[in-house]
Amino acid sequence: MPELAIRLRGVVKRYGAVTAVDGLDLDVPMGTCVGLLGPNGAGKSTTMRLLTAQAIADEGELDVLGFELPGESKQARAHCGVSPQLDNLDVTLTVEQNLLVFAHLYRIPRQERHDAIERALEMALLTDRRDTRIDKLSGGMRRRLLIARALIHRPQLVLMDEPTVGLDPQVRQGMWALIDRLRSEGTTILMSTHYIEEAQRLADTVLIMSHGKAVAAGPPSELVLEHAGHEVIEVYGPPPRLAEVEAEAGEAGLRTRRTGTSVSILGVDSRNGWKGEGERRAANLEDVFVLLTGEEIT
Amino acid sequence: MVSHAQRTERLHRFEASAITGVLVREVVNFSSYWRSATFSSTVEPTIYLLAFGFGLGSLVSRIGGLEPVEFVGTGTVATAVLFSSAFPAMFGTFVKYQFQRTYDAILAAPVDTEELVSAEALWVATRAGVYGCVPMLVAVVFGLDPSWGMVAVPFIGWLSGFGWACFGIMTAGFAKSIENFSYIVSAVLTPLFLLAGSFFPLDQAPTWMQAIGLLDPLHYTVELVRSAVFGGWGWEDLAGLGVLVVFGLIMWRVAIYAMTRKLVD
Repeated sequence: MPELAIRLRGVVKRYGAVTAVDGLDLDVPMGTCVGLLGPNGAGKSTTMRLLTAQAIADEGELDVLGFELPGESKQARAHCGVSPQLDNLDVTLTVEQNLLVFAHLYRIPRQERHDAIERALEMALLTDRRDTRIDKLSGGMRRRLLIARALIHRPQLVLMDEPTVGLDPQVRQGMWALIDRLRSEGTTILMSTHYIEEAQRLADTVLIMSHGKAVAAGPPSELVLEHAGHEVIEVYGPPPRLAEVEAEAGEAGLRTRRTGTSVSILGVDSRNGWKGEGERRAANLEDVFVLLTGEEIT
Repeated sequence: MVSHAQRTERLHRFEASAITGVLVREVVNFSSYWRSATFSSTVEPTIYLLAFGFGLGSLVSRIGGLEPVEFVGTGTVATAVLFSSAFPAMFGTFVKYQFQRTYDAILAAPVDTEELVSAEALWVATRAGVYGCVPMLVAVVFGLDPSWGMVAVPFIGWLSGFGWACFGIMTAGFAKSIENFSYIVSAVLTPLFLLAGSFFPLDQAPTWMQAIGLLDPLHYTVELVRSAVFGGWGWEDLAGLGVLVVFGLIMWRVAIYAMTRKLVD
């Protein structure tokens, strides 16, 4: 078994004049959860499509579970599960029928099919909704079913493209618990997200993407410490005052970022503390993201 | 834990298990819409049969040496095959990739576009083979004599339906919007089914019409069905069979090309 579930080197994908993925390097070790973090248009979904050979790279090397893409992608897909960003369940079928179809597509032997479907229903918490048509399910149920469908053949690697997009906070918590369970069971996960908290809570390693490029990679806590320090001071005020604060912080050798009505002063700790006013809070991945990319993430 | 995937043997380019997987989806899905599909695929050709066979047929005693109901009853088999293959393949394929994103889901599994297109065409062709018999069976009720040769009609319908299903998939693969289908329906399919020899004998038609008919795969479907039902197989039927095989093979490869362009960036 390869040590790396995914290995990308110098991957480039262009759509006409637009370079969606621009020289991307990515390592996903077996048994870990890696988060691709970036705003819409950063190249996360394109990267996901490259990994299932639904997009073909213009340049670079791609290996998934030791299979070279795109030539051996079919073999790689047999060992992967994919939970897409856009719901593509068969809406006129029932929950169980959707799982049955994918049990066939993933070549689960006839004698194991029933157990695989039961296990997936249980995972999706939909055992009592097995005969419900998809168009009668809530958004959260459909999301859970998408993940269960991706896991029906017990894949070694799961690709999740924005697994909680569009869900309300309560349902999102449930999805996080499900993903966390998979992670603790040793399933390798590559998850794209534009939710900072999701990446911070679930990913062992985060790769921050912007304009198709990787701008930083590492464990969330290390990225935060390296780029934003332990604490941040948030200063609120009118624009002229914020400009003054930025200038003062710059003179003190501190980095800042604007967040609408406030300025965040990064890397503040006891050694180079900020003497001015402001509210102290723990630094987070969002600080790192904005600092490195110059973009706000929503 | 041993995963199912670890037990998967080396996968090849064109696999029966991938085809089966897609077919299972189609069969399961068919249970939710078979009534409307059956209605649209059989009622319209049957109306043509009744209108041309009994309406226009009442004005003439024989068409091409046959009773009107015999001539039109066998001719509209090709119409039913076309209506139950090219049309659902065109619209179904477009809806599945554009609106339902079904093909994105399937291609994320170990299934390639070639297998996906082939399975879809096989399924549509099978339906066309069955639905194609409906006008003939209706004609039997109205006086067409049953014959053993009718047993061959589903197979002729299947072969022709495969080519037309691939034509529909190809059209969907090249179409930029669903509105583009209007051009294909009006400028290609309608002339081809009217000039196939279903409703009037082509050998008595103007030369230019005969020339179009000879290029029309549906014409060979009509001729093969009539040969099967009324007997008298000849070399020209073998040639007709060859035309349908070549038509199917060409459409199959072009449909795969069109859908690969559409589904793989």
